Amino acid sequence: MFNNFDFSVILPSLPYIWEGLMFSFRLTVTAMLGGIIIGTLLALARLSGGKTLGFAAKTYVDLMRSVPLLMMILWFFLLAPFFIKITPETSALITFTLFQAAFYSEIMRAGIQSIPRGQINASFAIGMTYWQTMGYVILPQAFRNMIPVLLTQTFILFQDTSLVYAIGATDLLKAADNTGKLYGRTVEMLIFVSLIYFVICFSLSMFVKYMNKRIAIIR
Amino acid sequence: MIQIQNVSKWYGNFQVLTDCSTHIAKGEVVVVCGPSGSGKSTLIKCVNGLEPVQQGKIIVNGTQVNDPATDLPKLRSHVGMVFQHFELFPHMSIIQNLAIGQTKVLGRSADEAHERGMKLLDRVGIKMHANKFPGELSGGQQQRVAIARALSMDPICMLFDEPTSALDPEMISEVLDVMVDLANEGMTMMVVTHEMGFARKVAHRVVFMDHGQIVEDAPKEDFFGKPHSDRAQQFLSKILNH
Repeated sequence: MFNNFDFSVILPSLPYIWEGLMFSFRLTVTAMLGGIIIGTLLALARLSGGKTLGFAAKTYVDLMRSVPLLMMILWFFLLAPFFIKITPETSALITFTLFQAAFYSEIMRAGIQSIPRGQINASFAIGMTYWQTMGYVILPQAFRNMIPVLLTQTFILFQDTSLVYAIGATDLLKAADNTGKLYGRTVEMLIFVSLIYFVICFSLSMFVKYMNKRIAIIR
Repeated sequence: MIQIQNVSKWYGNFQVLTDCSTHIAKGEVVVVCGPSGSGKSTLIKCVNGLEPVQQGKIIVNGTQVNDPATDLPKLRSHVGMVFQHFELFPHMSIIQNLAIGQTKVLGRSADEAHERGMKLLDRVGIKMHANKFPGELSGGQQQRVAIARALSMDPICMLFDEPTSALDPEMISEVLDVMVDLANEGMTMMVVTHEMGFARKVAHRVVFMDHGQIVEDAPKEDFFGKPHSDRAQQFLSKILNH
């Protein structure tokens, strides 16, 4: 059957695939940055000791983490139009950010808790406020400790972006699927995008290893 | 300078401090000693509000620490504190450790903070390591940096929470030397320590604690000469025999 493969379909479909890939990247980067920012705030809310705030953050995280991502994508896309006009792409960007925030928040919570209490005391003792302590002392250390896990979560996120095909947003996978159907060469196109996913994830993980060595804190 | 009035503190139902009262005058050096778990570290952490107290009053330089209206960061910025485990910021270089409080809390310029930091590093003998990271220094060096960091804020008094307990024996003296110099310059100091040699040398008074209570609060001569309480006598006879 391999004799019947025709990879010549790849070339003409490249511009379209590229568009899909760019959307996958945009989705990953938006959800990562938004997720880390919201996630860090959620983590701080849970660790703040405030009852209402902590409970609200915990409920949000637990809720998000107990629903499959695909369900969230579908639900948000189906329910959002009742309130706002929204494209599948925007819907995906919002869903991913909100969903990833829950996961990043758990990572950040562990990261913040891994910093010894004495560091907070030392920072308070020179007169820093709670937010200065978090910003200059605790979070920079927590981020460094958590970078491997944060990036691993980001790989998973990048791979999960393929789930947006369910609501018709054109990401890398959807673009390949569409062109494959157009030319009747779905298998070739799927092999091609698998390769793209692999190359991207593999080089990213090499980069993470390199980063780890560079920014590790000497203890 | 520091007044501790009838302070009691509980962790849940467990009482860690019972009706503690003492005071430290300007320029005075007071050593707090006592067996493990006697509440000495807890007491000193209450002085700059790192630990809350449930009863009593702590007044530092005229400001009540445990008054909810007190601006704690402002108060702490001129009360230096040195910890058992140094607690330098491991992701910053030594000089950055000394500069951060000066720039972010006192609002000094980066140049000014750097200059003051280098001066203090020179004083504690660490100037050549200014650009290293805390993890690259020995325990004794780190603790001297920690003292310099506290001094960089131009404190009106200094709190030491077992500053030599985590150090190898041969590094203890280099830290104590810095502390003795400070004491001789007239710095107001409250020092939780087991170093009785240090207490004999520079302390004006010794406070002895046991089970969360201040059992003895006496001038150093009286404390080492003839402690009133049996508990203090026992303690002294045990630790001075070694």
